[in-house]
This record gives sequence, structure tokens and C-alpha cells, in this order.
Amino acid sequence: MKIVQIDKEDWENGIKKLFEVYRLFAPVKEADFHNFKQIEAGQLPDLSCLNTRLSPKSIIYPQSEVMFKYSLDENEEDHHILKEVDKDYSPQAVIGIRPCDAKAFELVRLNFDSPDYKDPYWLNAYEATTLVGLACESPCSSCFCTTAGCGPYHAEALDLLLIDNGDQYWAKVISAKGEAFLAAAGWTVAVEEQTALKEIEVKKRAAEDKISAFVKTDKLREIETNDLYTAAFWEEVSFSCINCGTCTYVCPTCWCFDIQDENRGNRGCRMRNWDSCMYPLFTLHGSGHNPRGTQLHRVRQRFMHKLKYFVDKYDAGIQCVGCGRCIRLCPVNIDIRRVCGYMNSHVASADTCEV
Amino acid sequence: MLSYIDKIKEISKRLLKEGQVDMVIGFRKGTLPMMNEPHFARSPEAVEHFVWDSNCGINLCNYLTSRTEKIGILAKGCDSRNIVTHIIENKIKRDQIVIIGVPCKGMIDRRKISAMFAGEIGEVIEDDNTITVKGKGFEKTIDKKDVLQQNCALCIHRNPVIHDEMVADAIEEQTDVDRYTDVREIEALSPQEKATYFEKLLEPCIRCYACRNACPLCYCPTCFTDESRPQWVGKGQDLTDVSTFHFLRAYHCAGRCTDCGACERSCPVGINMRVFTKKLEKDCLELFGWEAGLDPDVRPPLDTYKPGDPDDFIK
Ligand code: SF4
Ligand code: SF4
Ligand code: SF4
Ligand code: SF4
Ligand code: SF4
Repeated sequence: MKIVQIDKEDWENGIKKLFEVYRLFAPVKEADFHNFKQIEAGQLPDLSCLNTRLSPKSIIYPQSEVMFKYSLDENEEDHHILKEVDKDYSPQAVIGIRPCDAKAFELVRLNFDSPDYKDPYWLNAYEATTLVGLACESPCSSCFCTTAGCGPYHAEALDLLLIDNGDQYWAKVISAKGEAFLAAAGWTVAVEEQTALKEIEVKKRAAEDKISAFVKTDKLREIETNDLYTAAFWEEVSFSCINCGTCTYVCPTCWCFDIQDENRGNRGCRMRNWDSCMYPLFTLHGSGHNPRGTQLHRVRQRFMHKLKYFVDKYDAGIQCVGCGRCIRLCPVNIDIRRVCGYMNSHVASADTCEV
Repeated sequence: MLSYIDKIKEISKRLLKEGQVDMVIGFRKGTLPMMNEPHFARSPEAVEHFVWDSNCGINLCNYLTSRTEKIGILAKGCDSRNIVTHIIENKIKRDQIVIIGVPCKGMIDRRKISAMFAGEIGEVIEDDNTITVKGKGFEKTIDKKDVLQQNCALCIHRNPVIHDEMVADAIEEQTDVDRYTDVREIEALSPQEKATYFEKLLEPCIRCYACRNACPLCYCPTCFTDESRPQWVGKGQDLTDVSTFHFLRAYHCAGRCTDCGACERSCPVGINMRVFTKKLEKDCLELFGWEAGLDPDVRPPLDTYKPGDPDDFIK
């Protein structure tokens, strides 16, 4: 595995060159927090941020995305015909994405790129994207990535992993896309691999040791779905939930959307917008019946999907990468770590669980 | 305020033991610094989980809506005013609830405090007038009054306006506050400047609706934003739709909002949508001499007609 050294002195210059090839997205500080934004020439990624308030999923999967346009004007020959809109799938790179958020794309891919169905919008955007990760040296106390299938140095979901090494970054090349990114920036000085890998291993362990939050997921697969579904703890878990949907909107792994047509005059577009299982409207039937009619149903759905149905369906761990955003941003402090603990330790007969 | 907890537990246990209520609604300690979670106790033992400190800013009245049990509920000044509004609007019956009044000294603004430190806050320790914030490589003691939520700093009804029990003696109300400096600043802007101001304010909104759902007033079975026949508001990120949601919601709260701050507190991206509800609060005060939720026996101004109602706006 190739490792390239980037002197921080050369950083600005390299970024400048990258603008010629890529649309660049990076953490930018807005008001009191960071978010991923497209940066313009002259701007630099703000790599000081612990992690962004919102996840970078919107770069590949926008909150609101127009898919088709149409005309309702019957004088026009192609009226009432959906026409694809032009999209910009030119190369883009996300600089400073955290390993957990990159891993989330792999999980989301299971949904958007399945044997039965391929989502062209998500896939085209994903293919156009180079993920340039930044290893976490100081994880937040609410990060639990190491027990959620990744970790502060998890490189597999990335094209390139940057590791802060004082006056320089080390860039660990994971894919051809990562290699091309380095070439475009003019960062080509390879370091002696074995020594660097050893040092990276030490730094990696140090970062992992700083993780202070964990979940146990070992029993989720074997516990009966119905036993979990009917467990008594859902009342307690769901009581405080206001069904706001914040947890799902900020989550890098939540993928649900709704389709809407919007007309103005006699033109319109068909768009898809993020949706959330926390909203009653999500499951409301045309008849007026709602199979998930209560807050308890909806809270249970979110956790059952992430921690049971997904686990059973894909055999790829939980649908959560441990970024901790839903914990930090839930207005009433519903904590997925606590709920995962209840689920993983659930014993059906006694209906008790470890707290 | 920390000393309240013993009395809170004592009253809650008594109510549950005597069977006066089926459940008591309060707070339990959160899993992050400066966060508590709304929580219920159905047994005297469960009451042990209750806490009370300056992180109880969520409005508990929100948890009463259309419940059928007999409920004991902890109520700060603002919660109690929303309970009054709930009673007026038939969302809960007066004789169904036992209101455990909590004289409130204000809730701290966790966003403001987090923004004061570069690193992550690990622990926040509170005493009567100060909080001590600790993190990796820093520790600082701050006066609570300097870091209150804005609505709390400006609050003039800290004592519950209605209660069956009190966890402590009433405290002195603030009298020397000017509640509307921010509103007046916006009022003074030109229409174009106002539009720009609102645009900038709402630009980060992700339409999660935490502001709406945290609000006890927003109990409509189907919110106008969710109506699909007809569909009043588009669902995308178009600024017109986002603003329509906020403006209309604010109007629905006119004469009802108690400025409890639960909406602002809940927003994941730190939008102060209270500027809208505060403007309407100010109008209600100036036009009708009205403050929401003070008396269950008085109908609110937007609900009644009086011959003397101001009509200058009819040209
Ligand atoms: S963010 Fe919290 S309150 Fe909002 S829907 Fe999610 S769990 Fe419920
Ligand atoms: S469920 Fe929560 S912790 Fe897990 S990936 Fe989503 S936002 Fe992050
Ligand atoms: S608005 Fe008043 S009563 Fe409500 S929390 Fe703030 S200080 Fe307390
Ligand atoms: S609009 Fe906001 S401040 Fe007013 S009552 Fe609702 S949550 Fe409280
Ligand atoms: S809580 Fe904030 S982000 Fe969510 S809808 Fe309200 S203003 Fe928008």
C-alpha cells in the first residue's frame, strides 16, 4: 500500500491544482459549527473540525433532488412526458471526510445498488466522487465507531486516508481514485512504506484507545424479531421522543426518501426529498389507516431497522457507523447506545434487560 | 434549584403511592453533558431516576397532549402557562393533572456554552449560581446568569402560574427586563432588509420539524405542512417553502406562545425561530394587553371578539 507524504507547506498549492480537476467539498465553519460545503478557489478545507454537524451524505444524496422535468402545456408536443434533467456528474472530491461517514456510504450502497435495483442518481454521484478521509486523532466522547464496524483510522471505505503527522500529512492510498487525486494535486513523494505503516499502526491504536463509548451487537442477530418487537422497554425508550426526524436527517446511514411533483404554471418537476420513519406521514395509507400510528411504533421502527432488520437482511453489521450525531442532536437525548444495549441484552421470557 | 430534587421526589412518590396519579412526568439525567431527558415514573421506585437542574429546558407540557391517564407533571413557569393553554384548548382536563410547580431560575444555553470552548466539553458541574465546565485541558467557572437561554434571561413568569403542589417557595420575578429589543431591531428594518434577514436566518433549516414537534402548541393531528390534499407547502428545500412553514407556524402560535424556548433549544442547526413568535407575542401584548397562559378562565384574544378590539389595520 503506497503512502505519500504531503508537506503542509505544499497543501495550499496542491488544493489550488485540484480545483482544475474536481469540484471540492470540505468542512467549512458556519456560525457555531462545521458543515460540508463546496469550496471555491481561495478557500481551504477546515480540517480543525471534530466532525461536521450534518453528515456529508447530502453530497451524494441531496436532501432535495430534481429527477425529471415535464410540461403540462398540451400545445407542446412532449407534454406530460417526464424528461431527465441534466446533472453534473463531473469528478468531485470530499476532503476531510471522517472514516465513519465514508463507511456509511458502503452501508447505504447496499440499498441503492442491489441486484434487483440500481439507483442511477446515487450511483452516478458516488462513482464521480473521490473520498479523501482524515483519520481522527481526537474522537468525541459520543463516538462509538470501533464497535460499529469502523474506527478512527478505518480506511477501507475511502479512496485516500490522510493522517496528520505534524508538519505533514501522510496519505495512504486505498484506490486508483485516490492515486489520481494525489497526482492531480502534484503530491507524489512516496515514503518508505514499512516504517510509515508501523508508525501509522501506533497512531491508530492510540486513537482507538481514546474511544470511550461502545455498543454490544453480538446478540442482535440471534434474538427473535418478534421478541424484540414486543419488548416492554419500547415505552420507556420512546416516551420522550418528539418524532422530529432530526436523528434520521443528520444520520449518514439513513436513506429513506419521498417523491413529489411540484408544478408552477404548466411546468413541473419530479423530485425526491429525504423522508423519515419518525414522521406519521411516512406510512400513512391512502385509506387513512396508519400501520405505524403511534410514536412508539415509529421509534421502534428506527431502532429495529438499524439494529435488527438491517442486520438480518444484509449480514453486514448494524446500520450505524457510530458517528454519534443522533445522540448529540436529539433534542431530548434519546441515545442509540442505550437502546442498543436494551436490544442486545433482551431476554424474551423474563422481559428484562441490562440497563 | 438543585435542592428541589428531594422535594420533587417526595411529592412524586406520595402522589403515586396515594394513587392520586398513574404517572409523574419529569426528567432523568441525560447521557451527554447539559442534557436531560423527559421521563416518566409509574411507581415510587422509578421516581429515583428523576433529576432537576438547569438542563430541564424541554417543555414537559408537550407530553400531556391528549393523554388519558391521571398525571403528575413538573412545571416551570413556562410549562405551567402552556398547561393553562392546554386546558383552555381542551388538550388535557384540569382534574386529570396534578401540577407540581417548580420555581425556575432559568435554563442554561448548551449551544452558547459549547461555543465558548474550542475542545469538547466533558463535564459540567452546577451549583446555585455558577457552572463549571471541564474538558481536556480546560476548566472554567461561569456565572449561570451569563449563559442562560435568551428566553430565560428575559423571562418574567418564572413561578408557575397554576399549581397543586410547589417544590419550593416562589422566587422573585424579574421586573427590569426589556423583552423585545431584538424584535424592535427587526421591525426597524426595511421590507427588503427584513426579507434578507429572514432568508439568512432560515438558510440552514433542514426541515426536520424539531421546532414544531418540541412545541406543546403544535398538536394538530395533521400539521398544515403535512397536508397533501390540498398541499399547502412544497416539501423541498426551496426557500419559499421553508419560510412559509416558519411564518405560518408562528401565526398558529400567536397569542398562545409562552416563549418557553423549547423550539429554539431543539433545533439541530441553531436557528432562532423565536424571533417570529416573539414578534407576535409583542403584538398581542400591545394590541390586546395579552400574555398567553396566565388564566384558564380567560379566552385568548384570537378566540374572541370585543367591540373595542383595535382595528387600525383596516384601511
Ligand atoms: S431526534 Fe430524538 S426526538 Fe427527534 S425523532 Fe429522533 S429520537 Fe425522536
Ligand atoms: S444512527 Fe446515530 S450514531 Fe449511528 S450512524 Fe446514524 S447518526 Fe451516527
Ligand atoms: S422561560 Fe422562564 S420559566 Fe421557562 S425555563 Fe426559562 S426561566 Fe424558566
Ligand atoms: S413556539 Fe417555541 S417558545 Fe413558543 S410555546 Fe412553542 S416551543 Fe415554546
Ligand atoms: S428545528 Fe431547525 S432545522 Fe428543524 S425545521 Fe425547525 S428551524 Fe428547521
